[in-house]
Order: sequence, then structure tokens, then C-alpha cells
Amino acid sequence: MQANLKVRRFNPGEPGAQPRFQEYSIDVHPDSTILDALIQVREEVDGTLALRCSCRASICGSCGMRVNGRARLVCKTRVEHLAPNGEQLTIEPMGNQRVVKDLVVSLDTFFNQIKRITPYMQPDKEPEHGEFIASNESMTNLLTAMNCIMCGCCVSDCTVLEVDPNFIGPAALAKAWRFTEDPRDSKRNERLNALNNEAGGIWDCTRCMQCVEVCPKEVAPMERIMEMRDAAIEAGNTNTSGYRHTESMYNSVKKHGRLDETRLAIDSAGWTNVPRMLDLAPIGFKALLRGKMPPILPHKAEDKQKIKDIYEKVEGERK
Amino acid sequence: MKYAFYPGCVARGGAPELYDSAVAVMKRLGIEWEELTKAACTGAGLLQEKNRKLGDALNIRTLAMAEQKGLDVLVICSTCQGVMSQANHAVQRDPEYLAEINKVLADEGLEYKGTTQVKHLLWVAIEDIGVEKLKGTFTKQLDGVKLAPFYGCYMVRPSAALGFAANPDRDTSLEIAIEAVGGEVFDFPGKTACCGFPILFINQRNSLRMVSNHTGAASDGGADAMVTPCPLCHLNLDGYQPKARKQNRGDKADMPIIHLPQLLGLAMGMSEKELGLQRHIVSTKEIVRKVDLITAR
Repeated sequence: MQANLKVRRFNPGEPGAQPRFQEYSIDVHPDSTILDALIQVREEVDGTLALRCSCRASICGSCGMRVNGRARLVCKTRVEHLAPNGEQLTIEPMGNQRVVKDLVVSLDTFFNQIKRITPYMQPDKEPEHGEFIASNESMTNLLTAMNCIMCGCCVSDCTVLEVDPNFIGPAALAKAWRFTEDPRDSKRNERLNALNNEAGGIWDCTRCMQCVEVCPKEVAPMERIMEMRDAAIEAGNTNTSGYRHTESMYNSVKKHGRLDETRLAIDSAGWTNVPRMLDLAPIGFKALLRGKMPPILPHKAEDKQKIKDIYEKVEGERK
Repeated sequence: MKYAFYPGCVARGGAPELYDSAVAVMKRLGIEWEELTKAACTGAGLLQEKNRKLGDALNIRTLAMAEQKGLDVLVICSTCQGVMSQANHAVQRDPEYLAEINKVLADEGLEYKGTTQVKHLLWVAIEDIGVEKLKGTFTKQLDGVKLAPFYGCYMVRPSAALGFAANPDRDTSLEIAIEAVGGEVFDFPGKTACCGFPILFINQRNSLRMVSNHTGAASDGGADAMVTPCPLCHLNLDGYQPKARKQNRGDKADMPIIHLPQLLGLAMGMSEKELGLQRHIVSTKEIVRKVDLITAR
């Protein structure tokens, strides 16, 4: 079958070089992966094309690239799956990471993020019998995050990293969760406190689910970040806008059955936070003039006691 | 064609023009509905952060109320769509979890069997009504109007919960709608990114950078307006655009953020007032003027 590839080429080492697209049209085996096709281009058409790969079986995590705007392991993606009728496939290097050449990105960003979360076990004692014994359940729980092959796909498509390179990022935060949940680690609270307080920590995730969608190993980094938010709150971290934001939503739905938008804005800022209130005021005023100000008393669900009953029932189970 | 209508909190709060325009458009489309006035807020993913099961129970309660009426749920908000679809997906693939949730709902005499579908007006328009019939309700062809799609995260991810495999058109639903009204699509990578709303009150700097990047890209690309099926995206991209653009690009907010029903309404020949276009923070005058100049068929 025909594979039509449009590949982003860029060699920052060449003086005056600018990124450009180059098109290749080749005949590939119907079972070809996009990686097979790219290797075929390099071997048969254009030896100057740079790409990184190793195992070709979605184990090593070397061949993360953007295909049609979305990060994927190209060894795990068949040409036929995305372009059954010879549609053009746009192949670019991963995002949010520095391009070394063509489709190869530097691993520095990724591993600098990993280093920030102290990526090793910190037990507080020596094991009694040569090794630490952990229960099966506790290890099964860790399997999601331990499946990470460090391919960088989640980092590539993270919408926060696009605007804030200081964000610790989905892969490193999922790795952090792997240690906060490990019964052999003694620094759970210290880790959670740091991730709660640090700029670029757990509260900066937007919950956009890009990392969940693009992860080839179902690590679901965002879910892990949400669990750490909950755990950080349980560990006593209640002085963040993020905490107040969640609480406000929780209380508003409990009380009215609906979201109270005005209250959500004020609660999140903190009622005594004068600068933030002054910041909110002009936008509130503008909305008021246009008839867009949320009602002071929010719309309420009919028969809202039923909603409160569900709260009590589910919360009761948790205790 | 009848649905259980779930307008969501923002259409009844900070974006009342969405509710009004959606209702006006639904009437023209021949859609009948019963509004789910007893339903709770979906929790917008935020409530789920604190207690997943509580959020799921509230959403399955809504789906069970619709199921009792024998109706699918119609929403007009990407976030409502996504959060309800996620809850639905969770119970549909795990009968034990469904039984647990049903236990919580039993006091109210509700039992969910798992048959309700949740559908955004956008999907209803192109899947249930169909593009050809939809086009038949338009009186204007928006020739020469360039529109940037902006989906809202929950309308596109996670794709497994949103039924993308069975309904491949959902991947480009907004572009299909823009083309149906005769507009030109301004395609840009930000269309499926985050608008920044979920962190607006947590990290405003990052949130406003997102607003500035997306609306700025649309302005640079010559779009007349951005169209979104999500009122939360609208609140951020419209309400905070002046501050975001000034802070990050040093320019003026010039990108109107149109709700999907407002776009359909414009093609149906509805007035600015009917669609609440005068209520936006970023002026919609230019696009309204441009559409006014197009003669009706």
C-alpha cells in the first residue's frame, strides 16, 4: 500500500536552518507501522532523515513522535490504521521538548522533570531479612504508574507545559505518585507537601486529559495527579486555591444541587485575599453590565434534598 | 425527536445567552424536550477529584431520570457531555459498580439499566438530524466567514468514553457544523487544547497564557470568530480575553467567542438580540455586521 508522509525537517546545528516539511511517497507492506515506513524512507529514499528507535515493539519508549498533531509511539501505530486510503500523515517531533534534529528530541526536559520528584525509594530503615516485603495489593496498585516506559508522549502534548516550562509535568508526577503510594517509602508526607507547595506542582494541572489520551501504556498520569491532590489534602494541606476551589464546588452542589459560580470565584481566591478580590471586581462589573453576571442566588435544583441525601449516603460509606 | 434536556449550570448562570440561543435553535430544528429540573450539577470533574463515586452517583441519577422517561440526554456544554459520558462509561463496563451506584439511588426509586445516551446539541445536529436536514433549516449561507473551532477538552477526551470509535464524525463535528453553515474553517492546533478555565482561579497567569495563545492564533489567522460548544471555554476565552491579550501579546481582544447555537442561529437568520450576541465581553458587532450583509435565501 501507499504511504504518504509529510515529515518535519529541522537541523538546528546548521547555520540559518529553519523548520520545513518534506513529503515522501513510498510503497509499504500493508502491515507496516509508521516506524517501518520512516525507516524505509531513511534506508531507501533519504539517508539524511534523523529519527530515534530501538525495540520496535513499544517497550523501550524511544520512538515517540507527533502524528497528525498527536503524540504516539510510531512503532505501535500502523499506517493502515490512520491512513487506510493513502491519506497524508504529518509526522513531527514531540512537542514541549527541544529538537536535536528532525524527529529526534532531547531527553533533557524529560529527565530534568523526573529528577525534581526525587525518583528513588527513601526507606527509613534497613530491611530485616535482606529485602523489604510488600503486599501483593500494594504492588498491584502501583502497576498503572510502573507501566511508564518514559517515552515522553504525555510531556509532548501536555497543555500546561506549553505555557509553563516550570510545570513538573505528567510523567514525573505519575512517577511521584508511584513513590507516595509505595508502602516501603518513608517520605510520603514530605513528598506530598512539596508537590502541594511547589510552583509547577500538583495544582497546576488543568485536567485536560491529553496525557490520559496519548499515553501508550495507560498510566493515566492525570488520574494519578488527582489522587495526589486528594492525598495532599488528607495530609493537611488546605491552604491552596486549588483546595478551596474543590471545596467550593463540593459545598455548592451539596447546598443547591448546582454550581454557584460567583461563590466559586470568591472562595477560590479566599475571602480575605484583597488583591484577588480587586482583580475579580472589574470583570464581574463588566459581566454585570452585559447581563452576564451569574445570579447572586444561584439556580437551584428542584427537590435538592435528594441530592444532599446522596452526598450523605456516599460520604457515609467512605467513613 | 425528543430528549431530556440538561442545560447545565453555566447556561443558567454566567452564560445565559447560551440557554436562550440553544432553546431558540432547538425549536427551529424541531427538537422536543423535557428539561431535567431535578438533576444535579455534573461536578465538572472537580467534584470527582474529591470523591469519584459521589460524582458518578449524581450523574447516573440524572441518566436514570432520563431513562425512566425513555429519553436520551441532550446537553449544550462540552464539560457536561464529558463528565456524564465518563460516569456512563464507568458503569456500563462494570456491572458491579453499577449495582453499587444503584444501591445509592434506590431510596429515590431509581434504578439505572445503562441505556441512556448523552448527546451534545452538536452531535444531535449532525448525527440525529443529519447535515442535509440541518442545512435545510438555514436561510443564510455564511460565505466568506472564517471560523476557528474550539472544542473544549471534555468533548474530545477521553475518546473511549465519548464513543469516538463508533461515531468517527465526532472527531471533526465542529468543523462539519462550520462547513454546514457555509463558513470557512480556520484550522489550528489549539482547537482541542485546554482553554485554561479549570485553573483560572488557581494559576491565573498560565490560564491567561492559554487564552492569549488560542485567541491570538485565531486573530493572526484572520478568523472572524471562534466557535465553541463549551460555555466554560466561552467564559474564559471571552471574559478574560482583554486581560490575557494585554498581558501576553500587548494587543486588544478582538476575537469574538460564539456559542455553537449562536452560530446555527445566525445561519437560521435569527437576530443579534434573539441570540444574546450583545451580551459578550469581546464585541461581536463585526461578525454580526458581516452576517447581516449576507442576503437571505
